[in-house]
Amino acid sequence: MNLPFYTQLINLLAALLLLLAFAMLTQRRILSLINLFALQGFVLVLSTLVVAYSTHQSHLYYSALLTLILKVLFLPWIMHRLIHALNVRWDVETLIDIPATMLIGIVLVIFAFNLAAPISQFAGTITKSTLGIATASILLSFLMMITRRKAVSQVIGFLTMENGLFFAATSATYGMPMVVELGIALDVLVGSLIFGVFFFHIRETFESLDIHHLEKLKER
Amino acid sequence: MDASFLQPIEAAVTLSVIWIGLGLIGLAFMRAPRLVSHAVFPAGALVSILLAATGLWAIGAPPSAAILPAGLPDLPFHVRIDALSGFFLLLLGGVSFGISLFAVGYFRDTEAATLGQLSLQYHVFLASMAFVLIADDAYLFMVTWESMALSSYFLVTTEHHEERNRKAGFIYLLVAHIGAISILLCFGVLHGGHGDYTFEALRAAELSGFWATVAFLLAFFGFGAKAGMLPLHVWLPEAHPAAPSPVSALMSGVMLKTAIYGMIRVIYDLIGGIRWEWGLTVLLFGAATSLFGVLFALMQHDLKRLLAYHSVENIGIILIGIGLSMVFVGSGHPVAGALGLIAGLYHTLNHAVFKGLLFLGAGAILKSTGLRNLNEMGGLIRYLPHTALYFLIGALAISALPPLNGFVSEWLTFQASLQAPLLESSVVRSLVPIVAAVLALSGALTGMCFVKVYGVAFLGQHRHELAEKPREASRWERAGMLWLAAACLALGLLPVFMIGQLNNVSQALINAGLSNEAMASDWLWLVPTSSAQASYSPIVFLLVIAVVFELTYLVVRQVYHGRLRRSDPWDCGYPEQTSRMEDTADGFGQPVRQIFAPVFLIHREIPRADDPQPVFKQSVQDRHWYWLYRPIARFTEFLSGHVGKLQQGRISIYLLYSFLTLIALLVFAQ
Repeated sequence: MNLPFYTQLINLLAALLLLLAFAMLTQRRILSLINLFALQGFVLVLSTLVVAYSTHQSHLYYSALLTLILKVLFLPWIMHRLIHALNVRWDVETLIDIPATMLIGIVLVIFAFNLAAPISQFAGTITKSTLGIATASILLSFLMMITRRKAVSQVIGFLTMENGLFFAATSATYGMPMVVELGIALDVLVGSLIFGVFFFHIRETFESLDIHHLEKLKER
Repeated sequence: MDASFLQPIEAAVTLSVIWIGLGLIGLAFMRAPRLVSHAVFPAGALVSILLAATGLWAIGAPPSAAILPAGLPDLPFHVRIDALSGFFLLLLGGVSFGISLFAVGYFRDTEAATLGQLSLQYHVFLASMAFVLIADDAYLFMVTWESMALSSYFLVTTEHHEERNRKAGFIYLLVAHIGAISILLCFGVLHGGHGDYTFEALRAAELSGFWATVAFLLAFFGFGAKAGMLPLHVWLPEAHPAAPSPVSALMSGVMLKTAIYGMIRVIYDLIGGIRWEWGLTVLLFGAATSLFGVLFALMQHDLKRLLAYHSVENIGIILIGIGLSMVFVGSGHPVAGALGLIAGLYHTLNHAVFKGLLFLGAGAILKSTGLRNLNEMGGLIRYLPHTALYFLIGALAISALPPLNGFVSEWLTFQASLQAPLLESSVVRSLVPIVAAVLALSGALTGMCFVKVYGVAFLGQHRHELAEKPREASRWERAGMLWLAAACLALGLLPVFMIGQLNNVSQALINAGLSNEAMASDWLWLVPTSSAQASYSPIVFLLVIAVVFELTYLVVRQVYHGRLRRSDPWDCGYPEQTSRMEDTADGFGQPVRQIFAPVFLIHREIPRADDPQPVFKQSVQDRHWYWLYRPIARFTEFLSGHVGKLQQGRISIYLLYSFLTLIALLVFAQ
């Protein structure tokens, strides 16, 4: 194996991304979850910068900057404030216990690599081998949303999924057009603000952020 | 034509946009109801008459098209106006002119907020109908078709505080959407995966026999739902009575006709290559619709419901004309086909005019007396003499009595059916006369029904204690009815002019018109095929009738002069006469109810012989509810009950659904 330096670097960052995704899957404390989320965003920024530098795609610098501001600084800051305001530090309960979740996660990663193998053969980018990791991290964050009970951790799952999508876009096609990226960034921002408002209302109504209270909302 | 000169299409688009603008003005100035009713609606009427002129102009002019600077990026709106669109624009403009004039008077006392909304919905409704008629791509057609359905839904539910009206609106919206889905699917079949939804592309697309038939059936049922064809007619008798009368007039007179337009546009123009089997389908549905409509009309005692069932009947007659035309065109007899098409189109125009007039008359009665039940009316001719005269003209026209317009188009339909010996297939040859017989039967029953309506409502003694003496309709209302009544007379007395215009439409659509001999006849005589076979001159007929009437009158005057004795009518020697002894609307329909008993679903409650206060109750219902609509509703309920089990209420389960779907899709994509 004699890969170019940049490719090795990107592969390393991709591996870190996947590792962080697993770490988030196992993490029970919400505060650490947010820190992990910020860290994952930072890894994403690094990998985007490496891709931008090595392929001379100047617009990727902008999206790296955008990611840095939004996902590494602004959103975690909002989350921290929210946690303090709502006073929820713990997310003890998961629906499935953590070892079982890990096993399902491993199955998902294998599935994702299988899925990505034929596609990455056609991709002409230097990042082609990371497509499997991107898909895997999307599926893992989805899994996190399913297994968690507290509304906050579900929102973090949602944002992590967006990280995975962003990584997939960079690795498959050197990123999406700037307009689309800006649009998604705005969506994420507005989405998390709305989530924040909802948290307060959910807690006000049920005196808890546990989402099983929402089960009463169905029709019959 | 000079390119810098104004084209019909530009005029039509401008006028339609002005309509929308008027509606918005009405909404903006809803604090000044006087201004809305006496400025916006007359201005709308002015636009109507200009649009009618544009339509007439477009029938003779070559087709003109344009691309509007609206719509989605890369998907602009195409519009085009040809002879067929022109004819229907003429119909829309001409009829809505009278209705808008009537509306000025009818809505003058409406509450300000309601009036503002009414003005918006009314004018948007008109403009959407105009855009449906000039649309030249499936996209604009469907958008305006839906806006037409929605604006008319809001008009139907104007008096939404009554639950009955909300229910009527719901049924209307439901059937309209089922129809719209069917039309959408039809366009999908027609375009066959080319990605281009302009009518030009749809016209050019070659369809295999099977898919052409599928497209025909989808179009036929989609537009049939809007037109009120059996068995999709159920919304009509519910929605028309619920809507304010000018709106009922507009819906029945014009909106049903846009469905006929759509049917002709899609089947003749876009699908093309008509087969006689399709024609036979249309013909049989038309005959069933027509007979069914009139039978149920006879059973009604709500005047507007009765008129709604007559709309069902007349749509049947129009479909018979079009069906005949399709049978002839499909078996290679374009001249006879042109006759059928012209008969159908002429009846479309005539029905719009006289049904508009009758609904306005019903509205005038409702406005001045508050009555819609025929059994409570009576003797109204003394209070509403003008309305009575106009209603009489409308009633004579719908009963297809010469010299009015209804007769001309039904007679043309009969003439078209008399061309049946041209056909090769003996089955069809023998079916056509049966359909013609059904048409004759429903014509006669219509006559009976309007003898009932006119006799019970306007003649005799009034049977209901009214709080105050009914007032005659206002000048605006009378002007609206006068316009439509005059149109009934003009279309009846001078049919040749309009037939000439319709011949242009037919030439443009199926490359065939009436025979040369027919077109060579002068303005006095209407000759459908050749003068050796049949000809009709309404003016000569009118003169003969007038002379005979005058002579009889004079003779009677001479013979009985001086021996006149004034007494109560229909006295029959009884010492005392009350209004309870008059024949009622339900009583009038009784013989038909007996003869056609299996058609109806009749509930009777007969009082016991020793009941001190005997009450006899009876209701007649539509069987379609039970054998068609109830099972569908039950099945839907069953299905949604099972689908509802998916809804657990747990967010994790919902997320799991999306997750599994994602996984499944990924596996498939692999």
